[in-house]
Amino acid sequence: MLKSSQRRIAAGALLAAATMVAATACGGGAKSGDGGNGKAGAPGFNAGVNKVANPSDKKGGELKFIGSQEADSWDPQRGYYGFVWDFQRYYTRQLVTFKAEPGSASTELVPDLAADTGKISADGLTYTFTLKDGVTWEDGKPITSKDIKYGIERTWAQDVISGGPIYIQQVLDPKNEYKGPYKDTAPDKLGLKAIETPDDKTIIFKLPAANGDFLQMLAMPAASPVRQDKDTKAKYGLNVFSSGPYKWQSYTPNKSMKLVRNDKWDQKTDTVRKALPDSISVTFTTNADDMDNRLIEGEYDLDINATGIGSSARQKVLQQHKENADNPQTGMIRYAVFPQTVIPNIECRKAIIYAADSKSLQTARGGPQAGGDIASNMLPPGLKGADPKADPYGKLGGAPDLAKAKEALAKCGKPNGFKTTIAVRNNKKIEIATAESLQQSLKAVGIEAEIDQFDGAQTSGIIGSPKVVKDKGYGIIIMGWGADFPTGQGFLQPLVDGRFILQSGNNNFSELNDKAINGLFDQALKETDPDKAGELYKQINTKVSEAAVYLPFTHEKNIIWRSSRLTNVYTADAYNGRYDYASLGVVK
Amino acid sequence: MLAYIIRRLFAVVVMLLVVTLVTLSIFFLIPKMTGSDPAAMFVGKQADPASIEAVRQKLGLDEPILVQFWHFVSGIFVGRDYTGGGDTIHCAAPCFGYSFRTEQDVSTMLVDAFPVTLSMVIGAAVLWLVLGVSTGVVSALKRGTIIDRAAMITALAGVSLPIFFTAMLAMLVFRTQLGWLNASYVPISESFGGWFGGLLLPWVTLAFLYAAMYARLTRATMLEVLGEDYIRTARAKGLPEPVVLGKHAMRSTMTPILTIFGMDLGALVGGAILTETAFSLHGLGGLAIKGVSERDLPLILAVTLITAACVVIANLVVDLLYAVIDPRVRLA
Repeated sequence: MLKSSQRRIAAGALLAAATMVAATACGGGAKSGDGGNGKAGAPGFNAGVNKVANPSDKKGGELKFIGSQEADSWDPQRGYYGFVWDFQRYYTRQLVTFKAEPGSASTELVPDLAADTGKISADGLTYTFTLKDGVTWEDGKPITSKDIKYGIERTWAQDVISGGPIYIQQVLDPKNEYKGPYKDTAPDKLGLKAIETPDDKTIIFKLPAANGDFLQMLAMPAASPVRQDKDTKAKYGLNVFSSGPYKWQSYTPNKSMKLVRNDKWDQKTDTVRKALPDSISVTFTTNADDMDNRLIEGEYDLDINATGIGSSARQKVLQQHKENADNPQTGMIRYAVFPQTVIPNIECRKAIIYAADSKSLQTARGGPQAGGDIASNMLPPGLKGADPKADPYGKLGGAPDLAKAKEALAKCGKPNGFKTTIAVRNNKKIEIATAESLQQSLKAVGIEAEIDQFDGAQTSGIIGSPKVVKDKGYGIIIMGWGADFPTGQGFLQPLVDGRFILQSGNNNFSELNDKAINGLFDQALKETDPDKAGELYKQINTKVSEAAVYLPFTHEKNIIWRSSRLTNVYTADAYNGRYDYASLGVVK
Repeated sequence: MLAYIIRRLFAVVVMLLVVTLVTLSIFFLIPKMTGSDPAAMFVGKQADPASIEAVRQKLGLDEPILVQFWHFVSGIFVGRDYTGGGDTIHCAAPCFGYSFRTEQDVSTMLVDAFPVTLSMVIGAAVLWLVLGVSTGVVSALKRGTIIDRAAMITALAGVSLPIFFTAMLAMLVFRTQLGWLNASYVPISESFGGWFGGLLLPWVTLAFLYAAMYARLTRATMLEVLGEDYIRTARAKGLPEPVVLGKHAMRSTMTPILTIFGMDLGALVGGAILTETAFSLHGLGGLAIKGVSERDLPLILAVTLITAACVVIANLVVDLLYAVIDPRVRLA
């Protein structure tokens, strides 16, 4: 007779076996829903990467998004998640926006509400825009320059409209003198002096110091117009008044959203948004694995978050539905950074870089497809000035260079290695795996690294505090970074400009403060020619490598699902490798 | 009896006040101990210290713990205003706080989520009580037979398998393979069929686990009761077997089951987190997860309070039912 525990195991094993049989039986049997699934009609693996899959201009149908992560806010001035910026273009417009083209061509800025990309004064301090004729709100009233100014002013009210990017505020009002429209004593609430609106069609920005990326900041949803009489302040994100091709029909936070055509939007005024579907729905689910299954079944068209298919469905997709998958770069870089306050000797830092096994780190990140390409420097491909082949420490081969690591250790004065601590967020499974991989590699040269998993929700107060980093002896920090806008400034400056070292919320974890690098940033910011600025960012990147404060792991890639019925699908570098949502359709 | 109920209700109120104070204190103390700042979590990653301070004031986080406690409790009865940055947000009574994550009254979120959880838990409870108790009784009466063994093996499987596993299995078979059911919740006010169809799988999955536990508990209790002297006396008096079982044995058997049932029901209403997550049901469990993962303190506080209220009220109801089921119990 079986004992209780044996019975328990036997019963469990029986049911597990039954499940596996059921799971195997259903392996290739995804049923067809109206979303269209599987092989029929899918143009092939990576068909949407750097080119357009299923080109079509046919209108109609409902585009169905699903996601496991809600927006931080749908308010144009409050959202900061990448997918939110992509999606918000359905119901917001900006003076300029990113070109509707696949891949890196998407990073070019084109006029949106403005008639052109602006007239920039010779000193780079004044930007003047004239609005197009016929641009309207969802009630048919014209969008005016004052609406744009008011929308931008909202970002100053951080005590009410919190959470969004404040680049424009930092550029136009670095001393933060304006207090936002809700505390504005001017009768029209348009008291921000750095923006002038001489008439309803003209808007002039006056910068106290030149910034070559100012147009990039104006392309963010945070620079969208908001009409004063429709501004519900903190609650605006629950029902945004539309200036784009779709307007809100319904929204229940964490559950669903439905957008329908804005019949007051005029296609002739918009060269970017195709507005192909008749309606757009978003469903939020709490079960990410179930979400992947529903995508495969054809119930939905794509994952709004685009963070990649989960590990449990990934193999099934790659083996049975590969033609429905794309494998783009996300623009994120995954890396380890070495705080100089803890490891001040450059040769000790070099020893870590040489000893690291890049191939093993790539595997820990999920391999070449789900993890990304091995990175050898800190500027991701696609940005002006990037050179993915620049490999000063020989990382692209994948194998560690133990001889050079030992040589560096000898120069560092610690030929037998040293002890340090790797700090890693406790809520990022993959980052913990990379920390363990790095720990193993370093052992080979005698570097004993202890792993400290800190509360990932408290990142800004723990690794974002140079004092805490020093007190805890974090010699290695595992992190990731993506640019808010696709230039060297957007990507590199918070990480390596010494003037960006903060006492809380710091991102320059290495505390690199090199006069030459800081000076190059000043030059690059004044440069309005993106190619010339790119050359300067290339020089900065070289100097960062020379300082040996970063060990880049991967230029991140992920595997995203594209339903067979989706048309005009392509990934855009401007949206961190996500599909350009504003171009998608569902009728072939 | 009336005095007993009033006394117990008073104890419920005191209990809930204590839970509120303890929860608030935890939120008050943890940030102090860990050095983190809840206000900083509500502002953007580029926010300056002045903005963080303004948000702290708006949330009332700069006030002493007892003042925060008073504001919370009074808000339930008279509503509450959150003022800061030239904006005033009114949270109407009963105000259980305001979520600055979703910019909604927590009460609105609770009202939205509560029917989902309640529908799921009540439906599942009916199923598991009927199936679990009847299986347990049959097993006890047919002790040692093939029926008893089959029932107990099934019960063992139910207890052994984690709910996320059975949920995924159920979805795989009944939704993906057979296409019989959808897993989307539809309010009963919109469509009874949609509501029933959307909840059938969660009911069955949840009930499978609990019915298994109840079957084992019922069987064990029933076997013990059947060996009691008064059952032998009842049989000796010549009472028909259905009367012996139904009137005498079942009453005693039900007492411990009812105790467990009250606690299970209360706890599940507060958060059948795994079931809700597996089936993407947006109920109280989902709110709890969201509150914890996003450090949404008002939301966590409200869900904690609702859970505590459900548990203590369910226990009160169970205590009252004791007197109905078992004549030996007298409430005073």
